[in-house]
Amino acid sequence: MTDLTLARGPVDRDRLLRLLREYGVYAGVVALLLFNVALTPHFVSAENFRTQAVQVAPVLIVALGMALAIGTEGVDLSVGSVMALSTSLLSLYLGYGPWAAALVAVAGGILVGLANGTLIAFLGVQPIVATLALMVAGRGLALVLLPQLKDVRDPGMAALGSGDLLGIPYLVLIAAALALLVAFVVRRTTFGRQLLAIGDSRPAARLAGLPVRRVLIVVYICSGALAAIAGVLATARLTASDPTSLGTLMELSAITAVVVGGTPLSGGRVRIGGTIAGAVLIQLLTTTLVKHDLPPSWTQIAQAVVIVGAVYAARERGKR
Amino acid sequence: MLSVTGVCKVFPGVKALSDVDFTARAGEVHALVGENGAGKSTLIKVLTGVYQPDAGEIVHDGTPVRFTTPLQAQQAGISTIYQEVNLVPLMSVARNLLLGREPRGRLGLIDFRRMHREADEALCGLGIRVDVRRPLRELGVGAQQMVALARAVAVDARVAIMDEPTSSLEPREVRTLFDVIRALRERGIAVVYVSHRMDELYEICDAVTVLRDGHVVHTGRLADLERLRLVSLMLGREIGEVRSEGLTRFTGSHHMSAEPVLRAEGLTVRHQLQDVSLSIRPGEVVGLGGLLGSGRSETARAVAGALATSSGRVSVGGAPVRTGSPPAAIRAGISMLPEDRKAEGIVPGLSVRENIALAALPALSRFGLVDDARIDRIVDTFVRRLHIKSAGPHQKVGELSGGNQQKVLLARWLALHPKVLLLDEPTRGIDVGAKAEVQALIDELADDGLAVLLISSDTEELIEGSDRIVVLKDGAVVDELTGDAVTEDALIRAIAAEPAGTHHD
Repeated sequence: MTDLTLARGPVDRDRLLRLLREYGVYAGVVALLLFNVALTPHFVSAENFRTQAVQVAPVLIVALGMALAIGTEGVDLSVGSVMALSTSLLSLYLGYGPWAAALVAVAGGILVGLANGTLIAFLGVQPIVATLALMVAGRGLALVLLPQLKDVRDPGMAALGSGDLLGIPYLVLIAAALALLVAFVVRRTTFGRQLLAIGDSRPAARLAGLPVRRVLIVVYICSGALAAIAGVLATARLTASDPTSLGTLMELSAITAVVVGGTPLSGGRVRIGGTIAGAVLIQLLTTTLVKHDLPPSWTQIAQAVVIVGAVYAARERGKR
Repeated sequence: MLSVTGVCKVFPGVKALSDVDFTARAGEVHALVGENGAGKSTLIKVLTGVYQPDAGEIVHDGTPVRFTTPLQAQQAGISTIYQEVNLVPLMSVARNLLLGREPRGRLGLIDFRRMHREADEALCGLGIRVDVRRPLRELGVGAQQMVALARAVAVDARVAIMDEPTSSLEPREVRTLFDVIRALRERGIAVVYVSHRMDELYEICDAVTVLRDGHVVHTGRLADLERLRLVSLMLGREIGEVRSEGLTRFTGSHHMSAEPVLRAEGLTVRHQLQDVSLSIRPGEVVGLGGLLGSGRSETARAVAGALATSSGRVSVGGAPVRTGSPPAAIRAGISMLPEDRKAEGIVPGLSVRENIALAALPALSRFGLVDDARIDRIVDTFVRRLHIKSAGPHQKVGELSGGNQQKVLLARWLALHPKVLLLDEPTRGIDVGAKAEVQALIDELADDGLAVLLISSDTEELIEGSDRIVVLKDGAVVDELTGDAVTEDALIRAIAAEPAGTHHD
């Protein structure tokens, strides 16, 4: 009997850690929601939820692409610049109608993704370096195309930014649809399985005959396209194109959402549900602190605490 | 010197050690043997402070001790050399050797001259000659292991635990290692030696402890224990059974048709292969003989497209295969089981099911969507056919034993219905039972008409498994043994035919 009781201590701790890793982010969201419902005035209102959801949508869309890149043991730092490039292109081509302009913007994101993917897959440049180069280049190109803030006056764009269907904003619907799509791709397609295998063990995937380069390029194209879509939506919501500031530090917010959501930076795993919850958690955290009149610096510190907590829960324990 | 009594260790779901007694005496080499999962690794980890025993006590130098960290064990003079080398590849040999206790000059800076001299002396004392200024990673795996060993014993070790130290060494290096072990024994150090290789055990070890399913089933002098008896103790099977089945599971010869299915001609890779040609007929097992570094793995990798060749042709069934591309080779029906199972074979974080289906995925999906029902059928078939033991198809492959990981890899390739199977050390580091199963399977596959290329450092396995042996040396084919000439004698003579050149890794 003694050895059984001795054994229980560490086992329970392991299980607790595992539960925390799997569901901690959801628990965090629920806890923050309960806290706000109880203590924050005017929190429980349709208007507030709408605002929160609309604010989180672009971050979430970018984080979806980031989750794919991180799943292959990579990272995409260029997403913020892609948003800026996307808003510049949108504003330049708005004369051809909102749809055409949006398509051009997304095509720009795809091109950046292709450049990232080619550098990484064919030239063997490390993802952090390759996407850092495109991060600088993308922001520069965006500013060349559109040197300063420009108002976007287009009824179609305005509708996209503030319209809704059955009370749910278009932005939120689009983000939800994209999240479902990416989750489906990861779970059910050959591409998704290959992506995870490549992230877990690149040499093994190569020897198993997987199209490693093609998968990597497609992953970065997806990330670029998703960031461009986020750029279009953010522009529509703000009704202005601001390539100087749109998307700055977006890469860090996206990485935070992905990591807090339980996707390991070492690759081989992609958690879309967790990523969504991670993005919502950060959003709620910011709101909570703002609504309680705490300075923005507190928000940053709180975010840091959440990240450290997530990384602690996710850290690999020594193998048996 | 170091002993444990009544040690128990329980993991969730398994009792890894139950009531184990083990004593390592000074000046004695003690073999610790057992199948994978018998509890060897767990026992070693208990001895070295990685795990705390749930019951029982450890006595070191006559006093009961309790190591809560590996560092404490090290400070008590217990050094461990693991299968994989735990050193810093970018640092020089000398720095690795003296890491953490570098000689200091004035101002507390490292005295490099003294460090190099001390390192050189330490290595020479063990009969190892390398340039201590070179970065460690430029050395061969064998030499790296020697450095690890030198480091372990330099720290005033009283007990040295070696976990399969020879698994990546070539015969010449094994000789050096054994000289070192004998020197340690002379110095009165207690050596615990873990290995799957019978020849080595009988050559170097004085005493033996056999573990099975977490229990000690035998302990005593090794010389008093017959080989077959030892195998039967490890397996838990009767001697008659083992003898009638032979030490390996190979039946010897296969029926084969005349036309080769695989032809490789003039494969050349700079510094690695020179004009290597070979052909394999359906139903034939061709062995690749030669020492470590002779180009055996490189040949297999070149055929499988994993190693880019500067010239040479590969064809399957008469159709040429583009070299340097694993997908092209796989499409042509060539499958390779790589030597480094953990790094290049399994995808550890994915499940048994995903690992088996990995290479066959495109064939198992429609419009890029995975057909789960078909995957389940295939996985189910192979799990049963190859006796893959796991908690279920959704268990991570990284958690399985070596033998089962190897079977999962075999299943991955067999699901593709290959024409040619290249097996690079298919039974390395897997337990005796799984080894026999894999060997029987290779036989069965050849009987089904598969062309098999077999690479093995286990001479017995190579001789008994192969119909024909192509002997390599320094990246070139030097001989071919066929029919009755496939014997251990002939192989050794073929390898030793010319005086070995000065070969450095």
